[in-house]
Amino acid sequence: VENVRLLDRLSSRKAALGTLYLTATHVIFVENGSEARKETWVLHSQISSIEKQATTATGCPLLIRCKNFQVIQLVIPQERDCHDVYISLIRLARPVKYEELYCFSFNPKLDKEEREQGWKLVDLTEEYNRMGIPNNYWQISDVNRDYGVCDSYPTEVYVPKSATAHIIVGSSKFRSRRRFPALSYYCKDNNASICRSSQPLSGFSARCLEDEQMLQAIRKANPGSDFLYVVDTRPKLNAMANRAAGKGYENEDNYSNIKFQFIGIENIHVMRNSLQKMLEVCELKSPSMSDFLWGLENSGWLKHIKAIMDAGIFIAKAVAEEGVSVLVHCSDGWDRTAQVCSVASLLLDPYYRTMKGFMVLIEKDWVSFGHKFNHRYGNLDGDPKEISPVIDQFIDCVWQLMEQFPCAFEFNERFLIHIQHHIYSCQFGNFLCNSQKERRELKIQERTYSLWAHLWKNRADYLNPLYRPDHSQTQGTLRPQMPPCNFLYKFWSGMYNRFEKGLHPRQSVTDYLMAVKEETQQLEEELEVLRERLTNLQKSQLNDNKVKSKRQDRSKELGLSTSNNSLANTPQEYSNDLKSFPSRSPSQGDEEDSALILTQDNLKSSDPDLSANSDQESGVEDLSCRSPSGGGCLPSEDSGKDSDEAVFLAV
Amino acid sequence: MLRCSQPLTGPNRKRCREDEMLLGTVLDEGERGFIIDTRSAQAAKQARMTGGGTEPKSSYPQWKRLHRPLERGRPLQESFIKLVEACNDTSINMDRWLSRLESSRWLSHVKAALSTACLAAQCMDREEASVLVHGAEGTDTTLLVTALAQVILDPSCRTLGGFQGLLEREWIEAGHPFHLRCARSAYSHARLKQEAPLFLLFLDCVWQLSHQFPFSLEFSERLLLTLFDNAYASAYGTFLCNNEKERRESTHSLWAWLNQPGEKKKYLNPLYSHNALVIWPSVEPQSIQLWQGLFFRWIRSSQYLDEAWAEIQRLVEGN
Repeated sequence: VENVRLLDRLSSRKAALGTLYLTATHVIFVENGSEARKETWVLHSQISSIEKQATTATGCPLLIRCKNFQVIQLVIPQERDCHDVYISLIRLARPVKYEELYCFSFNPKLDKEEREQGWKLVDLTEEYNRMGIPNNYWQISDVNRDYGVCDSYPTEVYVPKSATAHIIVGSSKFRSRRRFPALSYYCKDNNASICRSSQPLSGFSARCLEDEQMLQAIRKANPGSDFLYVVDTRPKLNAMANRAAGKGYENEDNYSNIKFQFIGIENIHVMRNSLQKMLEVCELKSPSMSDFLWGLENSGWLKHIKAIMDAGIFIAKAVAEEGVSVLVHCSDGWDRTAQVCSVASLLLDPYYRTMKGFMVLIEKDWVSFGHKFNHRYGNLDGDPKEISPVIDQFIDCVWQLMEQFPCAFEFNERFLIHIQHHIYSCQFGNFLCNSQKERRELKIQERTYSLWAHLWKNRADYLNPLYRPDHSQTQGTLRPQMPPCNFLYKFWSGMYNRFEKGLHPRQSVTDYLMAVKEETQQLEEELEVLRERLTNLQKSQLNDNKVKSKRQDRSKELGLSTSNNSLANTPQEYSNDLKSFPSRSPSQGDEEDSALILTQDNLKSSDPDLSANSDQESGVEDLSCRSPSGGGCLPSEDSGKDSDEAVFLAV
Repeated sequence: MLRCSQPLTGPNRKRCREDEMLLGTVLDEGERGFIIDTRSAQAAKQARMTGGGTEPKSSYPQWKRLHRPLERGRPLQESFIKLVEACNDTSINMDRWLSRLESSRWLSHVKAALSTACLAAQCMDREEASVLVHGAEGTDTTLLVTALAQVILDPSCRTLGGFQGLLEREWIEAGHPFHLRCARSAYSHARLKQEAPLFLLFLDCVWQLSHQFPFSLEFSERLLLTLFDNAYASAYGTFLCNNEKERRESTHSLWAWLNQPGEKKKYLNPLYSHNALVIWPSVEPQSIQLWQGLFFRWIRSSQYLDEAWAEIQRLVEGN
């Protein structure tokens, strides 16, 4: 469709005119005439909602909201075209079969072996080995090898040595969705563990011997403690209400030596609404401070983030400080449980704060344990009531921790943002379907590529320059500061306002420091080479002198050959490798995200695209602040100038 | 950019030829200028009743007046007190923190101050017009705007030395009554009439700039905190009095101490690189953050953040 306008979300004056394309996988807007031929690409799988707004004199507005928080406002001149686009997008954004998803057509031109290697990058058996399992207390069980016990669990589960197949099967019959208690994290220092499950089908008074034995086995697998914490991450009221439906929670009287604890984290519907409200605040046109703070509080988003963190902190403390094992569950054990177990693991074990370790963590607590990616993030068209930003919240928690402990993580904010992006993009096969079983049935590993391999290949972009494996912050347990530190949770504008260039510092300190670090390293290498060369030179001069005294007639020859040798010894080209001192361009800043919106170029190469604009920190020509669409009270006599200045006029 | 106090128009709309001529000489034939009045239009009008007022358009035809109300005096002090109370309140849970923060209105004041300074800067840099700033007295919000505008516009004000010079010019010599304004800070029950944290508001705005432009200020947060401390209680005489007339020479200068080589390096920003351009901050709510380094200074440990800065220093020095 031609003559379409792409509006800047906050300034109607900054509209770009161009052509809109719809392909099988993307919506693409190509700007007319600009030298850079600026393109905006949006994957259909990223589209969360499409809104057709009332036709105005200028055309028919269409608002596309994406799951990665990009909001695109188009104005299509003809109502009929707009309607066509609208209907097409509705269909394209709601695929019915997996085969429609991008990952099945995405081709990064790797061979079969590379694809396989990519999938092998993260290996959970290796991970449990790293934890120290199997050992005297824990073992791997194949009881679920054909998904016969629990179809949302992996084939390989880790259980206490004393938990026989009989106990496991019995316990699974007493748990919602058959999700019996299984190991998430084991602390070899003190044998404390984190296990996870779903709620017991206890109703008001039902009991199950095997389930009680299962918990006992978990407790006994930690000889250092005589009791076990059972943490229900639901609000007490919700858990109690579940009893009427024949489910519920563990009665301390029935289970020997457990200490039961509610930690109220709200359910997926509350979280869905919370995000919705927060995004509405983000869409306000030039809000006042008051509008923003009230809106943010009203959404409850940060309160929920804090609740998840508090739960993680409680569990980490129980394991690290008290040496007590914890069994965590919610209702079905695949949402709040996943969030809380992974936050606790991050706090406890520095390995999960490395790039590789983080990938492993997500594979373990989210992918393998059957978090319902398809239902929650809408790979396929489904029940809107299943949609909920569960993993987004977890990623937000990680960011909060990174802000509190800037030296503790090997990866940077961009890593988190790209992971979130790809959970929704369906460009890679890692986050498809609802369980390992479904993914294997679809032969995901043979037909798609792994995100982890892709990120790993580009890991230089994701490093945190402040991370040092020997730094104090990277050792041992992280201890976030406790109340009254409510204020320490911040609104993550880097994520939720990701595409609003005006909001962010135009230069990335991270990228600058990474460049400094690399340059220093190269300079040091160069220095080393020069030192070697100097030593060699000195040595050969010494020989030269010795020879000189004996054979002066041939000294010249020798001297020449020596100097030739030293020239020949000069390493070649290294000086050309030395990068120029990092410029102040925010090239890794605002434009980088457009690379995630795949263009033909970077379909082959890695994202992000670093060839973006080279404005200095604040362009004279391009105000970094957004301007409301309202008029300003600057006189319009000399209105030849760009009127972004309006922004300062509305306080 | 010029600054002054309000014209004494009074209820009878008095005129003053000299004042009109003075402002007339600033502008060339056909040029226009902007007057930024830091009072609301209504407050400015009401000021006439007590002998003050605004510049009538007919008498100052080349000047266009813009009103940008900025809080000062008691309401600003109350705002500060409320914020500090909220930060120290151990009983608030996350549910109500943001609304408590909002009800102090401190961040709204930061937003307003930055916006107004940006407006002044915009008039000069984009419209290439002269700007006259005044409120009522010309000693509070006026100085906030002119000083902040210079940090935005002028790279030399962003150097350590240039910033000190700015403070000397726009706050101390300009006659901000430090002695009255920075008497007891936020914890005292004595609500002194003349007390108001304008200087702190200025420092907060500068901090916002350093946060949005991490490479552009030569000095670090530590300088801002030190200035805050010394404005209220100091071993040095720099912020002691209300104006130049009162200032005695028998005290030591804070600058002399800060500029010693041993001291100075503590206040430098390791990421600094001269930026010749104007820095235009975003004044969207998401961009304006609570200055945790100041308001939570005694409440939470800054250990991890200090370690991060040490690491940054190490990386830059290593290079």
